[in-house]
Amino acid sequence: MTGIRKRKINNAIAMGVAASCAAVGLGLLLLILYDVLKNGLSSFGWTLFANDPAPPGMEGGGLRSAFLGQILLTAAALAAGVPAGVLAGTFLSEYGRNMKLSKIISAVSDMAVSIPSIVTGAFVYAILVKPFGGFNGWAGAAALAIIVLPIIVRTTESMTSMVPWSLREAAFALGAPYHKVIMGVVWRSAAGGIFTGVLLAAARAAGETAPLLFTSFNSGHFSLNMGRPVPSLTVTIYQYAASPYESWVSLAWGAAFAVTAAVLVLNVTGRLLIKLRQGK
Amino acid sequence: MPKVRGKRMMDLLTVNNLNFYYGSNKSLDGVTLPIRRNCVTSLIGPSGCGKTTLLRCFNRMHDLYPGNRYEGEIVMDGRNILDKGEDLITLRSSLGMVFQKPTPFPMSVFENIAYGLRLRKVRNTALLKEKVEKSLRQAALWEEVKDRLKESALGLSGGQQQRLVIARTLAVDPEAVLFDESTSALDPVSTQKIEDLMVELKKEVTIVAVTHNMQQAARISDYTALMYIGKLVEYDRTEIIFTKPKHKMTEEYVLGRFG
Repeated sequence: MTGIRKRKINNAIAMGVAASCAAVGLGLLLLILYDVLKNGLSSFGWTLFANDPAPPGMEGGGLRSAFLGQILLTAAALAAGVPAGVLAGTFLSEYGRNMKLSKIISAVSDMAVSIPSIVTGAFVYAILVKPFGGFNGWAGAAALAIIVLPIIVRTTESMTSMVPWSLREAAFALGAPYHKVIMGVVWRSAAGGIFTGVLLAAARAAGETAPLLFTSFNSGHFSLNMGRPVPSLTVTIYQYAASPYESWVSLAWGAAFAVTAAVLVLNVTGRLLIKLRQGK
Repeated sequence: MPKVRGKRMMDLLTVNNLNFYYGSNKSLDGVTLPIRRNCVTSLIGPSGCGKTTLLRCFNRMHDLYPGNRYEGEIVMDGRNILDKGEDLITLRSSLGMVFQKPTPFPMSVFENIAYGLRLRKVRNTALLKEKVEKSLRQAALWEEVKDRLKESALGLSGGQQQRLVIARTLAVDPEAVLFDESTSALDPVSTQKIEDLMVELKKEVTIVAVTHNMQQAARISDYTALMYIGKLVEYDRTEIIFTKPKHKMTEEYVLGRFG
C-alpha cells in the first residue's frame, strides 16, 4: 500500500467517525425536539395558559400558575443578577483591569458558570429556606440569580473589553470623568453584546429545575406571593411527568414544549444578535 | 511685569526641561520648547522619537495608565500643568485631542458633537443646536451632514468621521487642539481637507500636530520641532527648519537621509 493511499484511507476513516458522531449528537437533539413537539402540541391550547392545574382525573386543567410563576422567578432573578453582573463585569474590564484580584474573580466566574445547579440549590436551601421555615419564591429567584450572575459578569467583561481603548481616550480627551466614559461610551458600544448575554442567561435560568426543587418548590394554586412556594414550569414537568395521571403527564408535555420553545427562541435570538454584531 | 505678561500672551504652553518615563524607561529627555498661540506647531521625527509621547503630556493622557511619571514643567497660564493638583477634566477640556484613527462614538452625529457640551451641563436645546451647527461649520462638515444629524456617526466616511471628531473637540471651545497623526489613516482628498482646516482654525485656536509626513509639516505649520530618541533636536520657524537648519541631523532628516 502506498503512503498516499494509506493517508486517504485514514482520512476517510477519521471523517467517517467524526461525521457519525456529529450525526448521533444532532439526531438525538432532533429526536428530543420531535418528541416534545409531537406530545406537547396535543396538549397545547388556550386552556394551557388560561387555567390552573386541575386535580388528577379532572379534565381541562392548565398551567397558568406555572407560567406566571416561571416568569416571576426568572424576572426576579434577572432583576438582581443583571445589574450586579453588569457592574461587576464592568469593574473587571475598567477600574480593576490592572488588578490581580480581577483576574482571580474572572477565573472564578468562569468556574462558577459550571457549578452544578443542584449545588446552588442546596446552598440557597441552607440560607434562605431552612431558616425561614419553608419553600419560598424569593429563594428560587436567588438560586437562579446566582446561576445567571457569572454568565452576565463574563459576557459584560468580554464585551466591554472589546471596546477599543482609543474610544475611551477620545472621551477622556473631552474632559469626561471615568464613570461618564463608561456609561456614555463603553456601555453604549457594548450594549448589543451585553443584551445578548442577558438573553442567554435568561434562557439558562428558565431551563433550570434542580435549584428550584429545593427553594421555590411548587404549588398547585395560583399565587403571586413570593414568600410562599411558587410554581414553575420546570418543576411542574418534573412532578407531573412522573405522576400516574394521564392528564398530568399531558400537561407536563405541554410545559416541556413551552419551555423548550422559549429557551430555543432566546438562544437563537441571542446568537443571531452576536452574528449581526460581528458582521458589522 | 509687562514682559512676563507679553510672553504669556504669545505662548499658550511653555515646556521646560521635561522628562517623561514609561515605568523606568526614559522616553522624553530634557525637552524645552514653547507652543505659540494661534500658530500651527508640528512635531516631527522618526518613529519612537517621542513626538506622540510629548503631545500626550500636554493633556496628561499618560495619567490613564499606571507607572508613568513626569519631571520638569509645562507652564500654562502661569501654572505647571504637571502638578499633582491639576484638574485633568478642565485641562483636557481646554486642550482637545484628535487621534490617529477617527473615534466617533456609537451615537448620532448630533449627539457626538453634543457629548462634550452635555458633560458641561449644557441642557438648553436651542443652545445645543446652535453650538453643534457652529462646530460642524468650523470643521467644514456642516454641508455634508446637515440632513443626517440624527443618523449614526458610524455611517460617515473615514474623512468625515475625522472632521466630526474635530467638530466635537471644537464644540467645547478649547484653547488648543492636539492632532496625533490625524491624517495618516486618511486618503489624500480627506487629508487635504483637514490640512486646510488646521490652517483655518489657527485664527481661533492653537494647533499642535504630530506627523511623520514632513511635507505636511512644511505645508501647514508655522513652527516645527524635530525630535530624536526622546530629545528635541531643533525647534524653529518652519521655513528655517526646512531651508537652513542649524543642526546637521535636522538637515539630513528633512532631506530624507534617515528616518
